[in-house]
Amino acid sequence: MNASTETSYELLEQDGLETSLLEVSMGPHHPSTHGVFRMDVKLDGETVVDLQPVFGYLHRNHEKLAENMSYLANMPFTDRLDYFNSMTNNWAYALAAEQLVEIEIPERAEYLRVIMAELTRLVNHVALVGFFVNDLGALGTPLLYAFREREKILDLFEQASGARMMCNYFRFGGLRCDVTEDWLDECRRVVDRFPAFLDEYEQLLSENEIILSRTQGVGNLSSELAINAGITGPMLRASGVSYDLRKVDQYGIYDRFKFRVPYTDGDVGDCYDRFMIRMLEMRESIKILKQALADIPEGDIIGKAPKVFKPKPAETYGRVEGPKGELGFYLIADGTPKPYRYRVRPPSLINLTVLRDMCIGQKIADTVVILGSIDIVLGEVDR
Amino acid sequence: MSGVSFESVLEQFPGTKWDEAAGAVIAPLGQARAVAEWLFGQGVDYCSNVTGVDYLEREVKEKITNDDGETETITRTESGRVDVVYHLYSMRDQAGPLVLKQRTSRDNAEAESLTPVWRSCDLQEREVYDLFGVNFKGHPNQRRIMMWDEFEGHPMRRDYTEPFDHEWEPTPHNEVLEKHQRGKVII
Amino acid sequence: MTAENPNAGFDIGDNTRAELERAGVIVSSVDFLYNWARGNSVWPLTFGLACCAIEMIASATSRFDISRFGSEVFRPTPRQADLMIVSGTVTKKMAPQVVRIYNQMPEPKWVIAMGACAISGGPFKQGYNVLKGIDRYIPVDVYLPGCPPRPEAVLQSLNYLQEKIRTQDIKSDPAFTRGRRQYPVPSFTGTDLEPPYNPEVWHPPHAPNPKPMEETTA
Repeated sequence: MNASTETSYELLEQDGLETSLLEVSMGPHHPSTHGVFRMDVKLDGETVVDLQPVFGYLHRNHEKLAENMSYLANMPFTDRLDYFNSMTNNWAYALAAEQLVEIEIPERAEYLRVIMAELTRLVNHVALVGFFVNDLGALGTPLLYAFREREKILDLFEQASGARMMCNYFRFGGLRCDVTEDWLDECRRVVDRFPAFLDEYEQLLSENEIILSRTQGVGNLSSELAINAGITGPMLRASGVSYDLRKVDQYGIYDRFKFRVPYTDGDVGDCYDRFMIRMLEMRESIKILKQALADIPEGDIIGKAPKVFKPKPAETYGRVEGPKGELGFYLIADGTPKPYRYRVRPPSLINLTVLRDMCIGQKIADTVVILGSIDIVLGEVDR
Repeated sequence: MSGVSFESVLEQFPGTKWDEAAGAVIAPLGQARAVAEWLFGQGVDYCSNVTGVDYLEREVKEKITNDDGETETITRTESGRVDVVYHLYSMRDQAGPLVLKQRTSRDNAEAESLTPVWRSCDLQEREVYDLFGVNFKGHPNQRRIMMWDEFEGHPMRRDYTEPFDHEWEPTPHNEVLEKHQRGKVII
Repeated sequence: MTAENPNAGFDIGDNTRAELERAGVIVSSVDFLYNWARGNSVWPLTFGLACCAIEMIASATSRFDISRFGSEVFRPTPRQADLMIVSGTVTKKMAPQVVRIYNQMPEPKWVIAMGACAISGGPFKQGYNVLKGIDRYIPVDVYLPGCPPRPEAVLQSLNYLQEKIRTQDIKSDPAFTRGRRQYPVPSFTGTDLEPPYNPEVWHPPHAPNPKPMEETTA
């Protein structure tokens, strides 16, 4: 019933030479661990025999803080969970809280929410692709190209919400403030120029011999294990399962947009698949953005929300398709202005469940590549 | 959920209860693993979220109508408990959620680990153990995940007090300052 | 000898100096040269903890370009770095590692506390696992507030640090005379770190503020 959990490895004794395992602690300060994350690996030469991840180096007790603050006061803290995609975190929290009360969200706000979420997806995937190739040893040049694109989108965020990264833009029932027509024109210009960058990247990287040989066949993840381990997001779709919350739950107004969900055909799920899925997802996001920017209506930006957000006692679980996976918020309301229990379902932490399975039998340099392809961000893993 | 709804769970396992207010199936201790295995067989293959919730002992006022037709308010004490909440979905049928809860007492909190059924519960149950103190029977690797190994106490519990940290400034969270002034922190 | 007039104390007038420079001879003080060289080639350590790390990386990318101020390379190992930019929340679990890395850096070394979390705990102050500021264990040279500070602010903090370096006097600065500064690494107890702060580096403020803040509705 449970997909294979134990992959074992046997030490060979060659020529009567006794060897022992080498225990290395990679982290928490390591150039490639994407934050303060530690992996205790046991090595037989260069091959990984065992791997134990250690979490908690960025545990900032976000959930306990939230129990002492009102619902709206928690919104800036959701920015800091997955600090690459602050808009998506905000939307997931606003979605969960709006399920507790009856609020109608105006059309313009819904369109802008989709635009912000897809721009965030572009920002995240672009940064991930940059960091991934950086981990392979490209010494920073693809990262600079990627961040060049990211800066253009961060400028848009700054014009709309006031901050580059921690936007705090979503409110219950809509958004904080409206965008101007100039902003929409600027956004259309950025979206029109983005495919040229994707083409440039693909031309340089997707057929690159080094990337092909270092990422194909590395970190295989079967679809059965992926579903059982709760993997979501591009990692799941790279293992061959077509499950995207924008199509399954159809939250917001995603049912109005025509887009496809890329997923691989087959059960391999290696690092190269995850890399290419993200490139394809960026192209689909551009499609959604073009449609949303063409159809956006005029109107209000926020619906009628109660002055003090005091929902009746209820429980709810709201989830969105974040760029890293399924980001969910579980809220228990008890009639007071503060949530009784506030829980974040972190996609990065749950995607790390299979890190050990994917790394055993690989070389230690592959561990870095596999970790890079899972796309973790420690603010979310440890909260 | 196509094919599996909470009614079928209640039929199959008579010991379970349905909590209307929370919209959840409550499995008694000892049956949770069996319920999970049955659900897995029915196609519920994705456990999305595992949460712990701590309820202190509290007094609840209820309005009941007695036989004369008069409403009266009675107060009863609800004993403290720790809930472990599972949100289950089916990727195969693209349906869900089904909420499953395990209820246990605050002292000696124990629950059955559903990790052998759904691997995604692995790290999340470790977190519930670390922060709430619930002992999961049958968990392959139960140890602290967020706090350091020598840490004592379970921080997410409602009655946990933080150690004193020389923070004399008044903060917007007056409760912390009040705790200092009442002398209820460990220095 | 000060930053404004590095050549004070020398008897050479400006005319003589100009003549010598035309002939290809530069007259200056060792301090001035040392500090000029040190300040303009500060190599930071890649020490990103949380969200501020992204803005630190952004300040190293081509738009903001920290390398024009001398920080050409970010070294991953503390043994080769001069500057530790502590960017992000320092948790109690991570604090011993931060102190250990600081101990491994050779002199001269400086610390920039970037972001509200590294200065004093930041928005996560009410945390059982949050260290209320990295200056409890290691000395900090420049405090950079912000959540997160913009990359331009990171560049300005580097400029402040360079000004501070220019005023250093190698004869009297204890960092250069007594050897590498190392601080004791805290250890874990059942509830907190032991010691909760380093008395050489930080003292708790004196008295409790008697009036709590007014009740505000959020």
